[in-house]
Formats: sequence, structure tokens, C-alpha cells
Amino acid sequence: MSLHSSVRNNTHTVLQRIEEAFDAPFGGANNPLRHLGAMGLYLLWIVVGTGLYLYTVLDISITGVYDSIGYQSQDLWYFGGILRSLHRYASDAFILVMVLHLIREWAYGRYYGFRFYSWITGVPLIWLVYASGIGGYWIVWDQVAQFSATATTELLDWLPIFSEPAARNFLAPDSINDRFFTMLVFIHIGIPLLLILGLWAHVHRISLVDYLPSQQLMLGTIAALLLLALVRPALSDAPANLALTPAELRLDWFILFIHPLTDISSPAFVWTLLFAVTALLFILPFLPHPKAEPIAVVDAANCSGCSRCHVDCPYAAITMAPHPHRPGFKIAAVDPDLCASCGICAGSCPSSTPFRRQEQLLTGIDMPQQTVNGLRQRLEDALAGLEGPSRIVIFGCDRGADAKALAAPDTAVISLMCTGILPPSFVEYALRGGADGVMLTGCRSGGCDFRLGDRWTAERMTGQREPRLRSKVPLARLQLVFASRNDGKILAAALQEFRTRIESRAPSDGPLPPYFRRTSHHA
Amino acid sequence: MLKPAAIVGQVILYGAFAAFIGYFATSPKYRQIADDVALIKLSISHLGDRECRKRTPEELQKLPPNMRAPMDCPRERSDINLEVDIDGQPAFRTVMHPTGVYKDGVSTVYKRFEVKAGSHQVAVRMNDNLVKPGFNFVKEEQVTLKPGQVMVIDFNPDRGGLFFK
Repeated sequence: MSLHSSVRNNTHTVLQRIEEAFDAPFGGANNPLRHLGAMGLYLLWIVVGTGLYLYTVLDISITGVYDSIGYQSQDLWYFGGILRSLHRYASDAFILVMVLHLIREWAYGRYYGFRFYSWITGVPLIWLVYASGIGGYWIVWDQVAQFSATATTELLDWLPIFSEPAARNFLAPDSINDRFFTMLVFIHIGIPLLLILGLWAHVHRISLVDYLPSQQLMLGTIAALLLLALVRPALSDAPANLALTPAELRLDWFILFIHPLTDISSPAFVWTLLFAVTALLFILPFLPHPKAEPIAVVDAANCSGCSRCHVDCPYAAITMAPHPHRPGFKIAAVDPDLCASCGICAGSCPSSTPFRRQEQLLTGIDMPQQTVNGLRQRLEDALAGLEGPSRIVIFGCDRGADAKALAAPDTAVISLMCTGILPPSFVEYALRGGADGVMLTGCRSGGCDFRLGDRWTAERMTGQREPRLRSKVPLARLQLVFASRNDGKILAAALQEFRTRIESRAPSDGPLPPYFRRTSHHA
Repeated sequence: MLKPAAIVGQVILYGAFAAFIGYFATSPKYRQIADDVALIKLSISHLGDRECRKRTPEELQKLPPNMRAPMDCPRERSDINLEVDIDGQPAFRTVMHPTGVYKDGVSTVYKRFEVKAGSHQVAVRMNDNLVKPGFNFVKEEQVTLKPGQVMVIDFNPDRGGLFFK
């Protein structure tokens, strides 16, 4: 294992533990660490909304910018002041969330293969965020703005891009005029617009994007920021005066950390660091990484063109194209660059039912490494080997809690690449084939490696999504357990509880007629 | 329905989030310079001189009427030699090169010096035509700087060359 892989895996372990600790108070759906992208977008909308207000009240002149923003903070503290504080603190929170998002996606290995595009399009956004943030601090034109403007231009001057030093623009009080702030506001609006455009590109290759986090998470976040705005309102420092240099500054370390870093090192060091980190982020997807799994394969003879796989694919890898042999019909088409090899499409296909009479079960869309036919064979073999008073089949998830340790004479374990690959009809097939109960395990809520596997599985099994588990299947004999790879004990306890529940039920309670494919008259 | 323990946990974590943001949004304070320090900023942007030659009437006669400029000047500008002394000690020495592919742009310099607040003897010498020896622009002055004050050394031929402000 390379050093990079070792560091990444250790970071993954630590992050996953922290996320799971957050699950206790928040739950998966409201856990901010599981929805960092959506949190970032939410914070960005707060910044944009409050920024639009600040733009309307800003007097664009050298003294006007300071006075007009100061008026909002002092005289209109209950409205304009709070909005200004929200603007600043939401910006800082955005930076924090962005950095955590970057580290998390790297640690979870979500930067290569089908995620290559999202990773690469995310890297330039970091530059846009900082350019916008640093420029925003200048608009107030207080001592921090003066320091940042001077330090930034001195840093820029190290690059051979200006014929005259840009820092000459901030030499003396008469060096700048009102038009400077007009240009600054123009840039401070223009860069965020570019950022929003870049964010659209960043997410447009995934389907059902979480544009906003859950309502509870949004309310909690805005309440925390409002409280902060009231307790510690964002205020300007003394007005800028280019004839004096302030000795001590109340610096925003989230955005302006680059200036002290330049002071203790050098512009050459900072630019080298910035370009090296950026280059490293671009190069990461090209470093050695696990080989890609085979992608989904469409069988034209068995694809009815129902579009369910197209709807359920978490990465918009499936499109519907005209059927090559059946005029007026459609067929699923898989984009190899986007396919995550999760198998969720196979689980959504109505042809993926084990009750079909074919000896070789062929379905509309299938995974070569874990075919539906192979799954049926494994299930039939497992059912044949089960014995005991309460025979349970566990469909486990390779990415979630390890269910293999629970295998026993009365417990069969079939591990899946993602729980989402399991068509609901397999549950009925297992119960009618001799199982007394079926347990389905998947990643924790919000923690699915393939985004939507746990959600689609739960919805299919509870009849909220096609393909549905048939209503005559007694739900008492089905147990869904969403557990991570650290939740082995939770899974074992859930199995014990499920078994006790099954054993306490009368044998005649909700039985399904037996079905044995090879002996059935249907076969 | 949230359990009381979950509510307490959320309040603590949202509070920690707000405290983290609130603290690092303004703290710890950053000390840019010491209290008793002033800044001298040397910032000059100037076109170096060039050696021009007056054309003879014969030469002018040979040129098309619309191109009869009386002076024949090369495109390239001279390097600029600059020296700064503070309190009699050499503080900075440089040769500024003209910008541009054809070396016909301005020569620039930008440099910050931190000095103790108080009185200082500042001397600046500049030669913008290295064909000629010595310095054709010199400025020397006793300056008194307050703590945090920024004094700029600049050059403007319309203001008599080198000047302090």
C-alpha cells in the first residue's frame, strides 16, 4: 500500500468515526457531515441573499463605503447589521464546509473514475471562492481591507503579469478614487456568478442533486449563525488610511490567512504552495487507484424501455435511446464514463425477478460481476442449505456492516456490491423458498457509497417506489438494517432481535405459498 | 420526534460550530508590525532615458515628408540604477530593467522597509541613463516618522524627480 493510500485510508477511518458520532444527535438525514455539498450550497445562498441587500445599501465612494456599511451595523443593527454579520459568517462557514467537503471526498476515494469530472471541476472553484472572499473584505475599506488590499497586490506583483506594480494603487490616500469601489463591487458580484456557473458544472453529472440540506439542518444552521450575529456582530475596524499602517488587526483567518503566511514566508513560497496544491489536486485522479469495476450491460431482448433504471441511476449514467429492433420503443444506454458499477439499475429493472421461468435468468440491465441470474442461484443454494426453527437470509452490503460473520446453519448471508442491486421480488422469492425471514442491510442513512442505494432500497421495500415489494409479503418477516462497517455489533443485535420476533410469531401468521422454481408447474 | 439527548447534542454541536466560526472570523489578532515601527515604501515606475540624435537637414530631406521627425531615437530604454541609504547605511541597491519584449516599457521597483519610528536620514540616488556616469536624480532628507506611519519614496519628473510623501 502506498503512503498516499495509507494516509487516505486512515483519514477515511477517522472521518467515518466522527460522522457516525454525529449520527447520534442528528440522524443520517440531518447529519451535516453527510451533506457537506448541500450545506455549502445553502450557505452560498445565504451569502448571495444577504449580499444583494448589502449591495443595495452600499454607497460606492471612498468614505461612502465605510460609512454606509457602518450605518447598517450601528444604526440598523437589528436588520442590516444582522444581515451583514450573516454575510460574513456564512462566508466563513462556506469555506469551512468547502474544505471539509474536499477532504471527505478525497478520503473516501471519490476523485477518480466516474467521479473524475466532478473532482476536476471542483478544483477551480476553490480559487474563485477565495478571490471572491478576499475582494469582499476590501469593499468595507477599513484597516483590514487596507491591509488585505496592499498584501494581495504585493503578492500578485511577484507574478510577472503587471507592467507596473499593482501595489502602487495603494501607496497613499490619494492613490485611489471612487471608481475603484465601482470596479470592486463589479468583481465581487462577477466572481460569485462565475462560481455559481462552476457549481452547476460541478454537480450536473449526478442526478437528484441535494441542492439544499434537510429543513432541520437548514433551520439549525441559520439559528446558529443568527445567534452568532447577535452575540458577536461583524463590525468594521477603523477606517482605512493609506498614510498609516495598522500594527494589529482582527483578521478573518478563514479567508485572509494567506497574508500572514506570506509575511512569515515569502511571495515565492506562497505561490509555489498554491500552484503545487492546485496541481496536486488536478493530478490526484491520475495517481494509481483501484481498477474500475465492470459497468452495467443492457440486454436489448429483455429491456422494455420502462426508464426505471434511468430514473434510479444516482449518476445519470443511463439515458433512454431508440430501441434498435423495436420501432417506437426505447432502450437503456449506459455511459461508461459515468457508470459507478453500483448495480442499482439492475435492482430497478422489472425483468430482474427470480420468479421468471428461464433457467438462465436474463434481465434488461445487469452487472457482469454480480448477475441477477447468479444472485438467484446463490439464493437457491443458500435456501437449500438452511436448517433450524427460524431460517433467515441476510442480504448484506459490501460497503456497509460485514454480515458474513453472522453466517450459521440457520442464517445464510449473501453479500451484495450495493443493497440497491437487490430487486424486491428476491425477498418474496426467499420467503416462498423456505426462509422464515429476510434481513436487508445497507450503509447508514445518508452514508451510501453510491448516494441513493439505501434510500431506493427502503422505498422499494416499503412500496413507495417501483419496483415495489408486493403487498402480500408480510413486512414482519422483513428487517431493514442500515449499518456501517463499524456497526458489526449493531447488526448482530438486530439479527438476534429479528430472530426472536420471528420465533414468537405463530407459524400460520402470514405465510406465503411455497414456490420452488424447478418443481413449480410454471417452470 | 427528537429525543432530549439528541436535542442537547445538537445544541452543543451547533454552538461549537458557531463558536468556531465566530472565533476564527476575528481572532487571534494578527500583529503586522511592532508598535514602534514605521514603513518606508519605495515605489518607482519610470521610463529610462535613451540617447537621441538630431537628424541633419540632409537626412530629413531624404525621408518622406510625413516621417521627418527631427530626432532619431532608439526604441530601447536604458536600465535605471537606484540606491537607497538609510541613516548613512546602504539599504537597497538595484538596477531596474525596462519591461517589454523590445525593452521599451517602464522600469519599476516596489520595496518595503521597516524602520524604527523617529528621525532618519534617507538618501535616494537614481541614474536613468547608464550611458552617463553618476546619478542624475538625488534626494536626501532628514525625515521624522511616527509609529505606523507610511512614507513613500516615488519619482515624478513633473514634480522634480525623486520625492518623499
